[in-house]
Amino acid sequence: MATFGFACLVLALIVCAYGIGASLYGVRTGRVEFSESGRRSVYALAGILTTAFVVLELAFLGNNFAFNAVADTSSRTTPALYRAAAVWSSQEGSLLLWAWLMSMWSSLALFLTRKRLRDVAAYATAIMLGFGGFFVALMVFYANPFATTHPVPPEGVGLDPLLRFPTMMIHPPMLYSGYTLCTIPFAFGAGALLARRVDAEWIKAIRRFAFAAWLFLGVGILLGALWSYSELGWGGYWGWDAVENASLMPWLTGTAFLHSLMIQEKRGMLKIWNVSLVLATGTLAIMGTFLVRSGILDSIHAFGGHTLGVPFVCLIAVMIVGSIYLVVSRRDMLRSEHRLDSWLSRESAFLANNVVLVALCFVIFWGTYFPLISEAVTGQEASVGPPWFDRYTVPLGLILVLLSGVGPVIAWRRATLANARRNFLVPIGCALVTLLALELAGINQKPLALALFCLAAFVFGSVGQEFFRGTRARRAMAGEPVPRALLALVRRNRRRYGGYIVHIGIAVLFVGVAASSSFQHASQLSLSPGQTTRVGAYTVRYVRPTATITPKYDHAHTGSTLSLGALLYITKNGHHVATLNPSEGYYASEDASQGTVGSLIGGQPVSHVAMNASLTRNVWTAIDPDIETTALKRIITVGNSTLPAEDALVAVAYLARAYLKNPPPAQFNLLVSPLVMWIWLGGLISVGGGLIALWPAPSAVRRRVTARSRERAVRGLARV
Amino acid sequence: MGLLIAILTLLLLGLVVALVSAPLRRARQLDPPVPQDAERSDLEDPPSAPDSRLHDELDAAREAKYREIRDAELDFRTGKLSGEDYRAIDADLRAEAIEILNRLERLKTRDA
Amino acid sequence: MGRREGQGGLRYFDAMNPARKRTVRLVVALSAAVVLASALIYTSFSAASPALTPTQLLREAQPGRSYQLTGTVVNGSVHREGAVMDFSVADRVGGTAIPLAYTGVVPDPFREGREVIVTVEKQGSRFIGERNSLITKCPSKYKTAPPSENQNA
Repeated sequence: MATFGFACLVLALIVCAYGIGASLYGVRTGRVEFSESGRRSVYALAGILTTAFVVLELAFLGNNFAFNAVADTSSRTTPALYRAAAVWSSQEGSLLLWAWLMSMWSSLALFLTRKRLRDVAAYATAIMLGFGGFFVALMVFYANPFATTHPVPPEGVGLDPLLRFPTMMIHPPMLYSGYTLCTIPFAFGAGALLARRVDAEWIKAIRRFAFAAWLFLGVGILLGALWSYSELGWGGYWGWDAVENASLMPWLTGTAFLHSLMIQEKRGMLKIWNVSLVLATGTLAIMGTFLVRSGILDSIHAFGGHTLGVPFVCLIAVMIVGSIYLVVSRRDMLRSEHRLDSWLSRESAFLANNVVLVALCFVIFWGTYFPLISEAVTGQEASVGPPWFDRYTVPLGLILVLLSGVGPVIAWRRATLANARRNFLVPIGCALVTLLALELAGINQKPLALALFCLAAFVFGSVGQEFFRGTRARRAMAGEPVPRALLALVRRNRRRYGGYIVHIGIAVLFVGVAASSSFQHASQLSLSPGQTTRVGAYTVRYVRPTATITPKYDHAHTGSTLSLGALLYITKNGHHVATLNPSEGYYASEDASQGTVGSLIGGQPVSHVAMNASLTRNVWTAIDPDIETTALKRIITVGNSTLPAEDALVAVAYLARAYLKNPPPAQFNLLVSPLVMWIWLGGLISVGGGLIALWPAPSAVRRRVTARSRERAVRGLARV
Repeated sequence: MGLLIAILTLLLLGLVVALVSAPLRRARQLDPPVPQDAERSDLEDPPSAPDSRLHDELDAAREAKYREIRDAELDFRTGKLSGEDYRAIDADLRAEAIEILNRLERLKTRDA
Repeated sequence: MGRREGQGGLRYFDAMNPARKRTVRLVVALSAAVVLASALIYTSFSAASPALTPTQLLREAQPGRSYQLTGTVVNGSVHREGAVMDFSVADRVGGTAIPLAYTGVVPDPFREGREVIVTVEKQGSRFIGERNSLITKCPSKYKTAPPSENQNA
């Protein structure tokens, strides 16, 4: 079956080549049937890659260790769910996932535009097939997911225990969906420039694609942060790591694009800016994909061989040079039709927001690629740390939050100054009240966090006011009761009110970030059973050690041989708050040199965090037990020399019992962070708002609205 | 096993070729030209392709303009615009909308 | 006299035709952007810590400056005493090893023979690892995206 899988890839490559040729021929000669054939090539590609993906999945689920990918990342003892996810934990499998998602989303985009944007879509098809073909070619020539070895190994290496978490299963598909979705606006943007057609229809189509990309990318980023926080042993959700930054950058430019696109729609301005943004987003997405796989930023991760680096650099170079050429050569048709009517307008606020977002992106770009830059400039590779990032992103973030509260309050085109001044009273009032309340509560040592809280209150006030006034206006017009009016208001103005909800979500998220980073109580210390310590307002008592062996009893269900942990009793002011059981899982390794017993627990140790989460604060605990005491080491050595492999587990059980009887002091990492839940909640609210904004109105409603608007427009003419 | 793989591959190849070449085959069947088809299919090249493109474009522009008019009204009703400013903006927008509608009308009379 | 000149300047600006005004605004905006970007770029060079191998570090380290030490953890060199962990880092290809004392979170993948990056500072004749700055690189196999080992708190 591996040969069939590889044959699929080869067929896919041929289809890509054909599709590019057919689309370009069709659009240049006007022969629609060839453009149509090109479009169907994308559908065919999706079908072929789905088949290939299914073949690989079946190999994983069926433990077919002839496949190198299966043998390298899965094993018989890996739980079924993780075996399915292990497909994308290897370089080759993840390339297949990327290509497959690319083909599916491209098919959807082309299906949705099958009756419109003929020539733009044809060029876009060629570009999307170019991307697809690139990734398929990588698999065919460099990293074949269907490579096999003979003789077939009896057992696989197993999935890295660090990845055996539910969030890790869904994070890559989400993130890759985000990345691949970014290439679709890129394709349609470049396609529009090639077809010399950047107009209202293009705006309508590309907005939806950009929105979908923004949504999925955002979810992918949030899931990554959630994974980092709840599964890794350091208790943080964001470290300005290159890989995190790589996914954030296209999201920032995507956000900017969604806003400035509205300006183009209304005033015919910023065309060059918009196409540049959409091309940059796609390029940043490909750069992000590349960053993770190559060894190029040596200081962080060193995945994949350097063999993949060169093709990616070529692709990125082509994208950058091509984008610049297209924009410069088409600049005549990208001239603005109007200017800004007034500085006091929503368009103006959106412009400011764009500037801030692009500035943020630049800062993060600079910091992320700095090791390369410094090496090129000074010959010495150097890197900047989180403090440098924080120094620039925090002020920019504050300005962004401020703008997100200003936008809703100002009208389009030109706002009336007197009205605007009046409209700011409530939001500013909210901010001042918050400031007063926080000062009185004594929370004033962190000025930046304080500023953020006040700005967030400003946003809540401004958006709340909008909802209130909108509902009131609706009731005045239609006389509905409040709940119905509110619903109708949102339903008939999805884009606006969905956007407002996103702003609320982002403000909530920022509040969570500010609170949890500025007001965190941390404690790293060594404790013996019976000892107590204080973290913030909480008292933590190490009650007793815990130990479990064999996968069957591992409460985390992750397949560790041995799990050593601690029972922690958390109290506040004498009241019991939670009982937590953080643990460290020891997995089997494939290293026979560690001995029969040693190899059962000599694999990657993974910390299992235990936390008590609530709306107001998280109590987060992790343990690093000492498994290397002389007594415990002796058990392993004795077991190694006396026990055969099938009995080795007995020694591990003995070790567990010894640990329980004479527990050595263990290292604990304890954190009490306020409002962490708000981060995830804020993200959820934003996603909800985004979905509302993105959701198309049912066509019946749209026709009714169009008819009514037309009637009014005509009446207006008569009046004039 | 090898035979199974070969069969599967050929099957897949056949499906792909059928899917991808369908438009080409259909186009060849339409030659010699067929009298006006009542049904409008995907491939049928409308007699005035640039016009249909212009039509789509104006359609989208009109929808966007209607949205702007509604947005302006909502801005007024939520107290962001004074009555005077609103009437001025509304008049501007309606005039722009009328222009788009006129262009659409001209296109339709040209087609007829 | 000063005030009149200032007013004159502003009136001069107001009297310009709109196209010229727009150009002036654009130039001002771009200049501001360039100035801010330059400030950013300048501070990045001074705030960055160079990445050095143990051999380079021994040669060039100055007390009081922080460096990113990259290398492999020497087998048998890891000792933990309470909150402090001592270990030695050697060049990837072997050779000089630098012992250092590190406090803070130890990432899960950390073990002898693995590649690490740790921010260190020279204090006297010893090297001290910055708190929570230890990063362990994933073993050479590709792992899916996220920041699995970055522990810069």
